Amino acid sequence: MERANIIQNPIQNPIQNVVRHVVRHVKQALVAAVWLSFLTLPIMVIRVDTVEKTVTWRWMHLAYMAVGSFVLALAWYAMMERRNKSQAKKELETVERVSALAGMLADPRITRPLMAFGLLVAVAFPWFFSLYQTNILVSALIYVVLGLGLNITVGLAGLLDLGYVAFYAVGAYTYALLNHHFHLGFWAVLPLGAVMGAFFGILLGFPVLRLRGDYLAIVTLGFGQIIRLVLENWSAFSYGPSGISNIDRPGLFGISYSVEQATTYMYYIMLALVLLTIFVTARLKDSRIGRAWLALREDEIACQAMGIDNTRAKLMAFSLGATLAALMGVVFAAKTTFINPASFTFMESAMILAIVVLGGMGSVLGVILGAFLLMLLPEYLRAFSEYRMLIFGATMVLIMVFRPEGLVRAKRKVYTINVEAAG
Amino acid sequence: MAQNPTGMNGQNAGQAVLSVRNVSMNFGGLRALSEVDVDVRQGEVVALIGPNGAGKTTFFNCITGIYTPSEGEITAYPKSGKPKRADGIRINGMRTNLVCELGMARTFQNIRLFPSMTALENVMIGRHCRTSTGILGAVLRGPGTRREEQEVVDKSFEMLTKVGLEKLANEYARNLPYGAQRRLEIARALATEPFLLLLDEPAAGMNPQETEELKQMVIRIREEFKVSVLLIEHDMKMVMSLSDRIYVMEYGRIISTGTPKEVSEDPQVIRAYLGEDSDA
Amino acid sequence: MEYFLQLFFGGLSRGSVYALIALGYTMVYGIIELINFAHGEIYMIGAFMGLIVAGVLTTLGWPVLSILAIALVVSVLYSAAYGYTVEKIAYKPLRSAPRLAPLISAIGMSILLQNYIMLAQTPDFLPFPRLIPELAFMDAVSNYLGTSDLFIIATSLVVMIALTFFIKFTRMGKAMRATAQNRKMAMLVGVNVDQVISVTFIIGSSLAAVGGVLIAAHVGQINFAIGFLAGIKAFTAAVLGGIGSIPGAVLGGLVLGWAESFATGYISSDYEDVFAFLLLVVILIFRPAGLLGKQRAQKV
Repeated sequence: MERANIIQNPIQNPIQNVVRHVVRHVKQALVAAVWLSFLTLPIMVIRVDTVEKTVTWRWMHLAYMAVGSFVLALAWYAMMERRNKSQAKKELETVERVSALAGMLADPRITRPLMAFGLLVAVAFPWFFSLYQTNILVSALIYVVLGLGLNITVGLAGLLDLGYVAFYAVGAYTYALLNHHFHLGFWAVLPLGAVMGAFFGILLGFPVLRLRGDYLAIVTLGFGQIIRLVLENWSAFSYGPSGISNIDRPGLFGISYSVEQATTYMYYIMLALVLLTIFVTARLKDSRIGRAWLALREDEIACQAMGIDNTRAKLMAFSLGATLAALMGVVFAAKTTFINPASFTFMESAMILAIVVLGGMGSVLGVILGAFLLMLLPEYLRAFSEYRMLIFGATMVLIMVFRPEGLVRAKRKVYTINVEAAG
Repeated sequence: MAQNPTGMNGQNAGQAVLSVRNVSMNFGGLRALSEVDVDVRQGEVVALIGPNGAGKTTFFNCITGIYTPSEGEITAYPKSGKPKRADGIRINGMRTNLVCELGMARTFQNIRLFPSMTALENVMIGRHCRTSTGILGAVLRGPGTRREEQEVVDKSFEMLTKVGLEKLANEYARNLPYGAQRRLEIARALATEPFLLLLDEPAAGMNPQETEELKQMVIRIREEFKVSVLLIEHDMKMVMSLSDRIYVMEYGRIISTGTPKEVSEDPQVIRAYLGEDSDA
Repeated sequence: MEYFLQLFFGGLSRGSVYALIALGYTMVYGIIELINFAHGEIYMIGAFMGLIVAGVLTTLGWPVLSILAIALVVSVLYSAAYGYTVEKIAYKPLRSAPRLAPLISAIGMSILLQNYIMLAQTPDFLPFPRLIPELAFMDAVSNYLGTSDLFIIATSLVVMIALTFFIKFTRMGKAMRATAQNRKMAMLVGVNVDQVISVTFIIGSSLAAVGGVLIAAHVGQINFAIGFLAGIKAFTAAVLGGIGSIPGAVLGGLVLGWAESFATGYISSDYEDVFAFLLLVVILIFRPAGLLGKQRAQKV
């Protein structure tokens, strides 16, 4: 009876319609929760100790899992419905018709003061916050630059580089080794590190860049692993897993300074490097080169058919990303004064990738936000830090499914046309 | 019917811009093209017709460097540019981007635009090989770069105007209507300043009115840009009224060639192709 | 000679496990052109399921061989369920997305599963009970061929033959081959492509679970991170043989197993993992179609 009623008057019963939706979602979520609880039951509940031959049963975990997966599944189905609806509407969206927030972010009258304010806060930060906070922020800033670097390779040019951290390692070891053997200072090695990064980027990039997307990802992963394994095993060169310690901090006109001052100094160095990177990437993005990268990402065959040298464009993107990573490697070595291969695992690459993906591939602002979110949240929500990687992983899946453009959608520039010349 | 509406034919006739001699293409055991000879002369509109699977797109791919032909010679005669040589340039297996830089630009049968770039940006990509800003220039953005950038924008907009898309300049390519996407591909190709435009089924999926507009557009473009056109097309009405000469391809071979009138009267063509297709 | 045989059989058993995992990569790639980055994690979960079942049954005092059998069955069922679920969550919604999207999603899934096991179980290495007894008649050859090696080789062989029959002769097997050749066409002639994809994931995951339990029983310890390396190596095997090709995956697994075994045996064991990665990089750069794969013409 009731069902017949709904079918007859689908529009006149909005409340019934909503109720029907909710009931359907709840049913779906219940099924999903039962399935997931069953799936995770042995691993969540049973813990065996094969040496003592004891088994611990943790039934409470099952309850957590059941409730948790029900809530998550409910959210999943609700989001899925929204996604399907918005996909149907996609045709209507254009460059000009963007959301109010995005419109505000594009208006220089609003962004200029915001940027000035942000800069002011950034400059004043070390005076108002503790050493500990400043230190965390330095790490976050390093990841901002790493994210922006990878964003050139992955976000703009569409080359999925899973061995990005290898270039970070190249920079770090360049400084560590030159400092250890020849006592070269930070400022001398910084440009050298960048050159090494670019060199390695071209060296590794040249043979692999003709490969298709997913193969490229795996080859770069392989290269990243090889570099790490060599660092781990070639002790005569890299001092193996024990690493290199007592690396010099950056020099300041020969003035000696305390550890606290070192952090502040490091902070300002990083701030400058971040600003420089933002400037460079933002300019590149809206240039002839940046457009070529985008075209490359969108359709390689059409891109080359329109006269763009694909290999050259790819090499540029790849080695520029590598250069920034190597620069950060030098900074990282100088900041921690100790490095070993354990800092350059695949998980590190995956984390930087997560920053780019979460923030929004191709968007400079998005990547900055992504880096801060992923680096600072776990620091401040200590309870979460254990779950950090778990959440990273889940985020990557969810972003790809529900919001492939990331937090901030990369916007295309609206060009002004010189009508007289065009006339 | 076979008359050339622009009267351009004969002005520069005889001066070849593309000559294809004896080209064959094998894929494993399959012979997709077999001893193909095609010539395109200055200012001509030449059509390549034939049933589906005859090898027309493969032929395009050989010319534009996506495939390297197994045998034969493909020679281009650029009208200007750095490597200007009277005896032409052999372009067998030349990299696709260099072919484009030489002055041969194409469109694709199954539209290949850059979907998340705007219409204008799609055309701006075509300007890439005619401009020179490098990484350093892009970062420093000096007066030279800014001038070049503005010129790219203006020229690209001009191309959009030529194909009637100026109002859609800032729309994402993926949101454009089908016919507009086809025209955008032509604008993008034009932006590379070609001497030869290669159109792969430009009228596919268009209604008769759109097809007629497209035809007028091709005529206008040929006139204005002094460009030669080689097109693959199934729409016989358009082919017959637009082209100066026609090549008919079947099973990878050229079975007939001549003016539209000659071709349409060739018994071999009627048997192989037109006999099955009543709209001709 | 004995040393050579030891390396030969060691490589063979190692390679069989690579082949078992590689089959999952190759089948999935054949059908949806996705590098299922989370596949190594399915193998790891298989090993953990084996450990849990074996642990529980050992405390109950069951006979060893029956424990092995039950552990294998339960682990296969659960891993299959995991594979199925992973596909539904992380890949199915992305069928029509750009190529890199499902790959990134797969990487996320891999990180998620690894950390799930780490948090729910332990970050440390866990000793795996000895489920494969030393058989008396193996004494004569035990210097170079252990019982567990023999067991791994035999089980893998049986599983692979069964798979071949399944793909060659069953209705579903034919549907899988049709989908691999041309998904749209298969859909048009009435193949339920979603179902085929699910079955592919289920079979691939089951094979990985068999590999996981066998290798865990052989090596004697596991932790949450073993899936990464095993996954990469198995992927190397799949690419080596020609991704998408089922005999290729087996061949690639064996070649990789032997290459590793002989290289570590005769050259140096320091760089054991580097060999696999070098092989991967070299193969992809110089012969991306692999040993048995065909170079396909690019469609324009």
